[in-house]
Amino acid sequence: MHNPQLNAHGELQHLLSLDGLPREILTAILDTAEPFTEVAEREIKKLPILRGKSIFNLFFENSTRTRTTFEIAAKRLSADVINLNVATSSTNKGETLLDTVDNLCAMQADMFVVRHASSGAPYLIAEHLHTTRRHDIHVINAGDGRHAHPTQGLLDMYTIRHYKQDFTGLVIAIVGDVLHSRVARSQIAALTTLGVPEVRVIGPKTLMPTDLEKLGVRVFHDMREGLRDVDVVMMLRLQNERMNGPLLPSGQEFFKVWGLTPEKLAVARPDAIVMHPGPMNRGVEIDSAVADGGQAVILPQVTFGIAVRMAVMSMLGSN
Amino acid sequence: MKIHIANGRLIDPAHDIDQQRDLFIASGKVVGIGSAPDGFVAARSIDASGKIVCPGLVDLAARLREPGFEYLATLESEMEAAMAGGVTSLAIPPDTDPPLDEPGLVEMLCYRAKKLNRAHVYPVGALTERLEGKRLSEMSELMDAGCVAFSQANTPIVDTQVLFCALQYAATFGYRVWLQPIAPRFGHEGVAHDGEVATRLGLPGIPTAAETIALFTYIELARLTGAKLHITRLSSAEGLALVRAAKAEGLDITCDVSINHLHLSEMDIGYFNAHCRLNPPLRSLRDRDALQAALANGDIDALCSNHSPIDDDAKQVPFSEAEPGATGIELLLPLALKWGQGHKLSLLETLRRVTINPARIIGSKAGQLSLGARADICIFDAEGETTVTRERLRSQGKNTPFLGHNLPGKVCYTVVEGKVMYAEP
Repeated sequence: MHNPQLNAHGELQHLLSLDGLPREILTAILDTAEPFTEVAEREIKKLPILRGKSIFNLFFENSTRTRTTFEIAAKRLSADVINLNVATSSTNKGETLLDTVDNLCAMQADMFVVRHASSGAPYLIAEHLHTTRRHDIHVINAGDGRHAHPTQGLLDMYTIRHYKQDFTGLVIAIVGDVLHSRVARSQIAALTTLGVPEVRVIGPKTLMPTDLEKLGVRVFHDMREGLRDVDVVMMLRLQNERMNGPLLPSGQEFFKVWGLTPEKLAVARPDAIVMHPGPMNRGVEIDSAVADGGQAVILPQVTFGIAVRMAVMSMLGSN
Repeated sequence: MKIHIANGRLIDPAHDIDQQRDLFIASGKVVGIGSAPDGFVAARSIDASGKIVCPGLVDLAARLREPGFEYLATLESEMEAAMAGGVTSLAIPPDTDPPLDEPGLVEMLCYRAKKLNRAHVYPVGALTERLEGKRLSEMSELMDAGCVAFSQANTPIVDTQVLFCALQYAATFGYRVWLQPIAPRFGHEGVAHDGEVATRLGLPGIPTAAETIALFTYIELARLTGAKLHITRLSSAEGLALVRAAKAEGLDITCDVSINHLHLSEMDIGYFNAHCRLNPPLRSLRDRDALQAALANGDIDALCSNHSPIDDDAKQVPFSEAEPGATGIELLLPLALKWGQGHKLSLLETLRRVTINPARIIGSKAGQLSLGARADICIFDAEGETTVTRERLRSQGKNTPFLGHNLPGKVCYTVVEGKVMYAEP
């Protein structure tokens, strides 16, 4: 089966998922992102790499933060950015996803940044571009259903590499709602590909998908057990609508058992870093004392995120 | 018209016949096997040298989409597909719009089908009104109108009390109830087998237990009511084990599997291939292997196409939004042959699963070629090949996971009630 993310030369054609991408490509993206972090510190925060290119932010699901970071990344590369909140426009008028894409292609789009509530939607678009022979148009998945959020996964890898240098000696724990989390799936794919010897996930059984172990992780339900001696703690966001219902009794109980507090963090390695993809629910998955504490690297993640997205866009633009 | 089918290898699983024998047809019936009746003068002679001559296939689930979904398919288009596939008898699930819950609708469907004069239809009536699982349908009236059994199609009854009563009522008359094992409130938001692939792809899962929980209920209710059951579209090894045990216990239970579940697994979803969005979901390789073995050893009685033509628009959407189902009536014979070859079964045993066995489940005399039987015949080249392409599929639905596959067997002629309704182009 051909990997829809790679072109005939094995280069990145689209960024749809970190699952199935070779280590060399992941590393190349992280390496490419390095110099871009400096661009933000310049007086003129712009590079001419994507000058004259049109990038469409195609958001079928509401998002402010991710869309903004993509927009900033594209603008720093001098691309023209068009934001489309399709959640509130054409699909409500009955237009299909692929009709929307065809219309934007007719407007000479060069790149689509797609967020969609259904897993696999960016694959459908990539497949459609392939069958209609529009090989010069690239797709970046900005989050699809529960499936993947590859740029988030990459910025997390960038952050880990920045603070820990090497992946091959680390013990890393991912905590919270793995079942619904596209972030967790991308993190797991990247960490296992980059050679992290022990990836743990921690949470209640109701928030763990079936056969999770087959993705190469160890499953824990007890925080103190799962966090023992880890180098990195990656917290996941718990969506409000999951807090009271058949999966969990309440946000308070979740916090009591799986919320990251200084006491629970104390069993991790003393130099452990704490990450969160944002937006945070303070008092649900993370205690403010941790979120604002010395081990948190949550704001640097956001900064690195722009560099990583610049790296992805510039690589796709040149392939 | 009098037809002489000459020099073919006649395979009739109902009578354990596998021999080179000529077949003689007159007035829509088989009038001679091996030798012509006195004074028989053929108006047409078909040379079947090197070909298999067998009963027309019997399919336990063919959605023709009428009434209500004519934009997806029509009786005309799907009957043509059936003819091209050598399928001459079709059981029709009740999930039309409106559902087959009224004698008038059933009569209309039978009338339309009869007028087309192609495959014979055997409507399966709705077990409950509008398939809503609340009020019983008029089963006796529906039977008089032409139904052969009753079912809920893909819509399980939520209220177990109603299911119990429906089975009791059906058992009063000895009607067989066809049930697809789906727990009404468990995994009902899922779109793929709850396993490694769904976890990896972030697709909501349908656990195997959604099938087994339903089967526990159905089997217990069959015990209580004495209802005859036919379990449709088994998908898991665990579900299969429950049906096997119920059969061993002596309950009157039959079951089938679809061509898709016989050959495919969750792995075939690949990168969100919407053609693999099916109901029930494709399960693991272990499940698929168990289904294959069970069809071979007889634990599963019949193979069906679960033919569900769907338009492109409903498949060119993200996986979880795609309409479940696949077109399949033209693939029933090739996929039966492929399975049979894989298990080193004789053609006789392979064809048994798509002729006499499903005919017995329907309670029809179809699927066999004794003297005086309706002359529904499929003539095919077992050495030939069927390539599945959008262009070659006659069905209005082009949605099948087997697009691009080369499959064994090629239908040469389809004869219905003594009339040649399809001849290989």
